[in-house]
Amino acid sequence: MTSATVATPATDAGKGPKSAPEVSDRARHENRLGQRLVAPAVVVMLVVTAFPIMRALYLSLYNYSLTAPEDRQFIGLSNYLTALTDTLFWRDIGVTVLYMVVTVAIELVIGFAFALVMHRVIFARGLIRTSILIPYGIITVVSGFAWQFAFTYQNGFVNGWLPFIEDDFNWFGDPVPAVIAIMVSEIWKTTPFMSLLLLAGLAQVSEDMVEAAKVDGATWWQRLWKVILPNMKAAIMVAVLFRALDAYRIFDNIFVMTAGAQGTESISFLTYRQSIEQFQLGMGSALAVLLFLSVLLVAFLIVKMFKVDLAQARGE
Amino acid sequence: MRKIGLVVGVGAVLVWCLLPVVWIISLSFKSQAAVSGGTDPGFLPLDSFTGFANYADVLADDQFRRAIINSIGISLIATLLSVMIATLAAYAIARLEFKGKKLVLTTALAIAMFPVVSLVSPLFDLWRTIGLYDTWPGLILPYMSFTLPLAIWTLSAFFREIPWEMEQAAQVDGATSWQAFRKVIVPLAAPGVFTAAILTFFFAWNDFVFGITLTSTENARPIPAALSFFVGPDPFQRPAGLLAAAAVVATIPIVLIVLVFQRKIVAGLTSGAVKG
Repeated sequence: MTSATVATPATDAGKGPKSAPEVSDRARHENRLGQRLVAPAVVVMLVVTAFPIMRALYLSLYNYSLTAPEDRQFIGLSNYLTALTDTLFWRDIGVTVLYMVVTVAIELVIGFAFALVMHRVIFARGLIRTSILIPYGIITVVSGFAWQFAFTYQNGFVNGWLPFIEDDFNWFGDPVPAVIAIMVSEIWKTTPFMSLLLLAGLAQVSEDMVEAAKVDGATWWQRLWKVILPNMKAAIMVAVLFRALDAYRIFDNIFVMTAGAQGTESISFLTYRQSIEQFQLGMGSALAVLLFLSVLLVAFLIVKMFKVDLAQARGE
Repeated sequence: MRKIGLVVGVGAVLVWCLLPVVWIISLSFKSQAAVSGGTDPGFLPLDSFTGFANYADVLADDQFRRAIINSIGISLIATLLSVMIATLAAYAIARLEFKGKKLVLTTALAIAMFPVVSLVSPLFDLWRTIGLYDTWPGLILPYMSFTLPLAIWTLSAFFREIPWEMEQAAQVDGATSWQAFRKVIVPLAAPGVFTAAILTFFFAWNDFVFGITLTSTENARPIPAALSFFVGPDPFQRPAGLLAAAAVVATIPIVLIVLVFQRKIVAGLTSGAVKG
């Protein structure tokens, strides 16, 4: 099963013409095997998504409300125009980007610190690994409840513990503190995801290389920036990419903690409100498409930023 | 000095992870009247300690018991199938040259990014037509679709970092190809596969949107959806104590599964980290 696996630099060049017939034979075999191995994954992914994606695209062109399904009417791109000229849409986009940037930045730093601790520690490893997995395993709805009860001034503990905060300060009475409370729940819950992926990346960094840099007189800081981080770029990219995309679609915590009040609404929540609560399937679908396009843009920017090409099997 | 830093780091990790958990546990021992009345603020239950009354109420609830079974069964099956399929795909993506590789990764990314909220109403429609509504497969399928991208991307990043030449080296040293695969590649790949399995399981376990829209009875309703239907005696007041008790109960299977998987992760990581 391994005969076809070591790609030569020649095959790596890809588009270059290959003259030797036995090479193209092997390449054809490799091509077929590769496609067979990915086929089940592609089929399963498309089965549940292709139909709804088409349907969302199609419905976004209609004025379609579940309360009056017979009045469905083709209106072209009007839904998109309405959304894009509404200040509410842009406010929610802004709030969503704020959630994403702040939470992912904080999570990356704390998650990496946690990964370093877990990587280096030689005692109580089981306890730490178990603990770090608990916030991630806890249902988001429950994390939202826990933090909401922690932040309420009636029976929470946050006001009592924080200095400079009045005991009757209402975190959910103003936009800024409400957004902070939601971010705290989000960061607490998802930092373990970051640290697990980063820890896995750290485990792949060759100890010999780190050791060699140390012998050569590199400081801890230099080893971190010149040896460890460059060698775990793929893991960092996967962690940031998936966390950022996840954070961009933030929904559960907002739903539980504020229900979108005080300007805490994200673009996902707006979409949900339009399609599920207000039954505006046409507008909701248009928002879903816009949401999808904006997420695509975010993903594109992150992949460009880290300059890692996952499809390139042979690396650097 | 280094050791002190490490101890402080470990302490920080533990406090970070466990403080809100202790808070939920503490809340689950407070009486409902004290929580809604705000008469016993503070971290620990002082004069509102009710013992296991909240737990008794939760466990007496048949729908909640069914929800636990549903969540465990659905999440485990989805994880197993998803990781198996993703391992095949990630192996191909990391090691083979084939047409359509970019397309596979782009599809995976597109699906990972698609806003779940917009998928639920057409899925609801389709599932009712073909009879998957309110069944285990009706949730397993979407969970697989939406966990595959993460599993594929994580695993292919892992597989890319594995020194595959070692397999050939072992074969040169006289190992059969099966031995080379089992003794060299599997120990190197295992940490990645188990990490992917854990992330996949927690995605399925956490899902809220599908759980609430694609089920209607205790036939398939998972824990998050069941929790959201937990109203309690007073519809205008969230039953914090009951919710907390239910949350603790729902977290126990997680802790057990984490313990099982975590040992394997440690074994995989240490076997990969052994230096020659």
